[in-house]
Amino acid sequence: MLIGVTRETKPGETRVAATPATVKQLTGLGYDVVIEGGAGEASSFKDEAYAEAGARIGTAADAWGADLVFRINAPSVGEVELLKSGATLVAPLAPAQNGELLDALAARKVDAFAMDAVPRISRAQSMDILSSQANIAGYRAVVEAAHHFGRFFTGQVTAAGKVPPAKVLVAGAGVAGLAAIGAASSLGAIVRATDPRPEVADQVKSLGGEYLKVEVEVEKSTDGYAKATSEAYDQRAAEIYSEQAEDVDIIVTTALIPGRPAPKLITAADVARMKSGSVIVDMAAAMGGNVEGTVKDEVVTTPNGVTIIGYTDLPARLPAQSSQLYGTNLVNLMKLVTPEKDGVLALDLEDQVQRGLTVVHDGGVLWPPPPVQVSAAPAVAAPAEVAVKEEKKPLSASAKLALVGTGALALFLLNAVAPAEITRHFTVLTLSVVIGFYVIGHVHHALHTPLMSVTNAISGIVVVGALLQLTVADNVVLVLAGVATLLASINIFGGFAVTRRMLSMFRKA
Amino acid sequence: MDIFSIAGAAYLVAALLFILSLAGLSKHETASQGWLYGVAGMALALVATVIQVIDGGTTTAVIVLVAAVAVGAVIGLWRAKVVEMTGMPELIALLHSFVGLAAVLIGWNGHLEAAAGHIHGGAIHSAEVFIGVFIGAVTFTGSIVAFLKLSARMKSAPLMLPGKNVINIGALVVFVILTVVYVIDPTLPLLIAVTVVALALGWHLVASIGGGDMPVVVSMLNSYSGWAAAASGFLLGNDLLIVTGALVGSSGAYLSYIMCKAMNRSFISVIAGGFGIEAGPSGDVDYGEHREINAEDTAELLAGASSVVITPGYGMAVAQAQYPVAELTRILRDKGVDVRFGIHPVAGRLPGHMNVLLAEAKVPYDIVLEMDEVNDDLAETDVVLVIGANDTVNPAAAEDPTSPIAGMPVLRVWEAKNVVVFKRSMAAGYAGVQNPLFFRENSQMLFGDAKAKVDEIVSALARVPA
Repeated sequence: MLIGVTRETKPGETRVAATPATVKQLTGLGYDVVIEGGAGEASSFKDEAYAEAGARIGTAADAWGADLVFRINAPSVGEVELLKSGATLVAPLAPAQNGELLDALAARKVDAFAMDAVPRISRAQSMDILSSQANIAGYRAVVEAAHHFGRFFTGQVTAAGKVPPAKVLVAGAGVAGLAAIGAASSLGAIVRATDPRPEVADQVKSLGGEYLKVEVEVEKSTDGYAKATSEAYDQRAAEIYSEQAEDVDIIVTTALIPGRPAPKLITAADVARMKSGSVIVDMAAAMGGNVEGTVKDEVVTTPNGVTIIGYTDLPARLPAQSSQLYGTNLVNLMKLVTPEKDGVLALDLEDQVQRGLTVVHDGGVLWPPPPVQVSAAPAVAAPAEVAVKEEKKPLSASAKLALVGTGALALFLLNAVAPAEITRHFTVLTLSVVIGFYVIGHVHHALHTPLMSVTNAISGIVVVGALLQLTVADNVVLVLAGVATLLASINIFGGFAVTRRMLSMFRKA
Repeated sequence: MDIFSIAGAAYLVAALLFILSLAGLSKHETASQGWLYGVAGMALALVATVIQVIDGGTTTAVIVLVAAVAVGAVIGLWRAKVVEMTGMPELIALLHSFVGLAAVLIGWNGHLEAAAGHIHGGAIHSAEVFIGVFIGAVTFTGSIVAFLKLSARMKSAPLMLPGKNVINIGALVVFVILTVVYVIDPTLPLLIAVTVVALALGWHLVASIGGGDMPVVVSMLNSYSGWAAAASGFLLGNDLLIVTGALVGSSGAYLSYIMCKAMNRSFISVIAGGFGIEAGPSGDVDYGEHREINAEDTAELLAGASSVVITPGYGMAVAQAQYPVAELTRILRDKGVDVRFGIHPVAGRLPGHMNVLLAEAKVPYDIVLEMDEVNDDLAETDVVLVIGANDTVNPAAAEDPTSPIAGMPVLRVWEAKNVVVFKRSMAAGYAGVQNPLFFRENSQMLFGDAKAKVDEIVSALARVPA
């Protein structure tokens, strides 16, 4: 089947849905690929590179008319007409907000995979564009903030005086938030983060941030996304934001609730309380913003000198990598729907990942999919059917004592009835075993193999027994003793020689 | 002072030298010294014994002695010289069988001597003959089967006879009954009977144990060969044999204990049956999809890492990958990457097998660490390479109480930032348990022959600028 990659038509878009590297992977899956001329120009991917990777360079009509059309933005309703009937569109479609577009696609008998509707389960993570793009956006948000922030991020002590480190507050520790925390803390800033899900505290910490806990009972999220929060929570959170606004230099907000306007976290009053020169990056600007005063796609400066950045194209500001990661997400999707690697789409709507992202199929709108319970929240374990292995209880002191006592008594009785000769041998045996355990217990684990070969060699000591039997004047005994001597000699010489060989191999760095 | 008291004194010194020898093996620094003590002890014991033979035996006896020792020495030295380090488990199993067979022959001689009236028999003597022959024969066939399994001349899957535990216990019962009868009336047919029973028991015992449990089996046979020697000592009234046998016996028992602990299983359960028979419902869980990586990307990952831990398993030995792994280690260390090895106690088919293989490939021993030494550092490690290991790195052991391997101490590789698993396919490991590690978000699979893949990484690394 033919995959078409179109030039993006959204103003300011620099990304592209396939790179030369992903084209090669797609052709490996058996697909033919046509790229609209110049589609990768803004991401620094030349047409020649695509051609070299095995794609055909075509016109817009060629790309739109393919069996599968890859995009990084949803098409406009008008563009749906460009798709051929029976084709499949792969793009982020925001199905919850774009009912009209879905209807248009269904009317045109075009199947649609909404890349932003991939269920959030571990198995589907490799095709989760929200994660791959949000990660880039989070990083870029910090870079943008640094650009507008007229000071160092890291603290320094110089001959010319001390520079304190910048303080950064990240609201929302999702993928974007965590990327921002990581980027800011590696620049040397003091980073704090808030999030309604207390389970992210460890992740925040692992990236060098400090988690600010909102001390209110909250429900656990069962679908991996943050939910709208309770009133008590909001009140306490608002207090935290007000306190932090006064203290920090940079705020990055990432709070989004799927299908709803972004929650307002930072009020105009909070902004007014910030120091002059402070920067706010509102990553939720596309959905109305987390900050009062954010202007979508623009940078505004408040009267008290606070810069508010409302860019919505943060991933597009790192186009080559955004395209590569998005393209890889698509390749992973194609791997899933092309199990035979024969270039033929084999959609399996029983599969919850494929069902989740298929929003239009056979002229019908399939959105919304049945709910998926996901791994992000620890599912309550069903009672296991097999009995959990019982923990072995260490013996109690008295049980140990009883055991030792019984053993000692048995040994005593055995020796008391045995002839003196045997008792003497038993004494030797028992003491040797004890010595053996103490000596062996100290052997270094790396030397266990040499230990075995040495014990092999010295157990060849049975040769002594065989040799002594050689002195018996009986031919059968002589032959058997001779064979035993031979075998034991192999052990002695072989065991020692191989040990020597091994020990000489061990060397220190 | 006569020849016997001199021999007795020499035996005592030899016994002490053996103890010093094992003590010397406790550290790398003193290991060679320990070896020397062992050789000295053996030489002393041999000289003292040979003098007795020359003094008391016929010319024929001396000729047999010289011929047998010479042939044995040649065979032994030859095998030791040519053996591959990957073939160590087989060699050691074979050597155990020799001790077992020698003990059987000595026991038979004990019977023949008594029957011919050369020495005074009696109940104790009869019992000693019987016990010596029994332990020796079990060791002999058990070791032969272990040897065949380890050298892949026999299928390593456990033999599952119905009622196998009944067979084992039945053989022991028969042995006890035969012993009682033999003590009352020592006749040759009884001796033949017990030899056959013991040979069959040894065969069956080891045939019912699978390949992955071999470290336990080989240690166990090591122990048996010691007890066989000790039994010969009882028979001959020779304290040196008893001391040495006890040392070897306790050494093998201790190693078996370590191995069992490392698998969180009791010794009895290893002997009584293999893994995988009772694979519970945890086998049906959908773990999701694994991700693949290629050699070039792995090389890049390694070049960008500051700390790397390699956890090898039996698969590395099978693929003979220790040389390229050593080369990889050297290149990475030259680049300033901190490379270390984490060895699970039951990795390989012999206690300490991995250490020997890595030493052979010239990996310095001080970067080859034990599981407990490296486990706490894994969370700080950038990349873990899992080469031919499976069950020993299975997170299910730590996290899933219903897993058949639950509670087994494992290398916690999944805590590392990246894990690359070298594997031929997605097949389960020895325990027959699926490994959720492969499906973790920080894990990537590198499919193919371990040796070829490591070679590819090495050549890819050569292209990565330092």
